[in-house]
Amino acid sequence: MSEAKKITLATAWLDGCSGCHMSFLDLDQRLIELAEKVDVVYSPIVDTKALPDAVDVGILEGAVSTEEDLHKARMFRQRCQFLISLGDCAVSGNVPSMRNMFDLDDVLDRAFVENVQAQPGRPSESLPTLLRTVLPIHHVVQVDLFVQGCPPSADTIWQVLTELMAGNTPDPTQFTRFGA
Amino acid sequence: MTHPPVASNPGPKVRVVTLKIDDHDVGARETDSILEIAHANGIRIPALCYLDGLSTWGACRLCMVEIEGVSKPVSACSTTASEGMKITTNSERLKRYRRMILELLFAERNHVCSVCVSNGHCELQDLAAECGMDHVRVPYRNATYNIDSSHDLFRVDHNRCVVCTRCVRVCDEIEGAHTWDVMGRGVNCQVITDLNQPWGDSQSCTSCGKCVQVCPTGALVKKGTAAGEMEKHDDFVPYLAQMRKRQ
Ligand code: SF4
Ligand code: SF4
Ligand code: SF4
Ligand code: FES
Repeated sequence: MSEAKKITLATAWLDGCSGCHMSFLDLDQRLIELAEKVDVVYSPIVDTKALPDAVDVGILEGAVSTEEDLHKARMFRQRCQFLISLGDCAVSGNVPSMRNMFDLDDVLDRAFVENVQAQPGRPSESLPTLLRTVLPIHHVVQVDLFVQGCPPSADTIWQVLTELMAGNTPDPTQFTRFGA
Repeated sequence: MTHPPVASNPGPKVRVVTLKIDDHDVGARETDSILEIAHANGIRIPALCYLDGLSTWGACRLCMVEIEGVSKPVSACSTTASEGMKITTNSERLKRYRRMILELLFAERNHVCSVCVSNGHCELQDLAAECGMDHVRVPYRNATYNIDSSHDLFRVDHNRCVVCTRCVRVCDEIEGAHTWDVMGRGVNCQVITDLNQPWGDSQSCTSCGKCVQVCPTGALVKKGTAAGEMEKHDDFVPYLAQMRKRQ
């Protein structure tokens, strides 16, 4: 197959633990098979620093917790034809959203003041601004496919990708669930 | 506690009726509920608040089915059979409604399956998977609910409660203690122990653990369980219910 016909894939890691990307790497030897049909054009696991203008499939791990996450989610939606929420944090907010039960100022003080001995104080630079409420991705942009699991297994990811490569729309509820 | 009118204790002269559930012709006693008939014939209807051996509550509406000639769906657990009924259990409309109910349940309180003691052994989670509820479209409420760990053996985490009242019913009808009851309305509705006192201070609780075993979610759990460790067994309920009837 010529290079030009490969499906382009971009992935990003918002407010998650990277577990979903680890699961992706767990595809092991199947990554080679994947590389024959798919070109990973942007991802924490490749070197490219910028998201291309037009991508076939986008995969987002993690919830939307910061201004930066929000910006990335919007950019992915704009540039990816088909957008996938991968993992419970992306789909439901999951663990990152547990802070929603508390006021953001209390959360910041707890993390940066109350429990810190050396130079307690809220960070004022270099960190993206936290949103008051952590949201699942589809609450900020339209999402085309939801893959539950914490993290979704490599087999789940493989099944989703192979179905997509075959031109079908997979139904992940057949092989994964919340908390799987 | 008052119950919706379901005859679960048939008298001697019960008529037998024939009806159709999806493509199956089935026979049943006219006192049986549609849900009982379906389950007895191996036809699956999703249900959450219903539990074999307890009185029928009809609160969750997940068991709703369509009856030919009746415009609104009815709850299968609290509707009895009648001659010639034609019932549909899984139309597109019913699937849509069930999905919406599950989305509302997940959005109302705080369900974080990955760290929940009931992960992998939860009826709510299973229902979401069964009904294809793969994401919640409505906004999450993000309201904070209490966790009461005052009991020596058990804990109640209201963040995971779906207010099915199984705990209330098993404690009242099977154990005879009536420690649990329901307080408040609408979104403020929640289960309480005694007069909304800490469970550990309860004078009525016998610490039998029945409520924990029948609770479909991670709301009532044994203490000392970590994520995914809380497995429950509610198969004792129909047996004890039978024994109670004989007394
Ligand atoms: S109670 Fe069930 S649905 Fe809720 S968080 Fe626990 S496992 Fe998930
Ligand atoms: S442990 Fe037994 S007596 Fe105590 S609240 Fe639960 S069912 Fe009732
Ligand atoms: S505590 Fe469990 S059994 Fe009781 S109402 Fe809540 S979900 Fe149902
Ligand atoms: S099982 Fe019928 S309403 Fe809950």
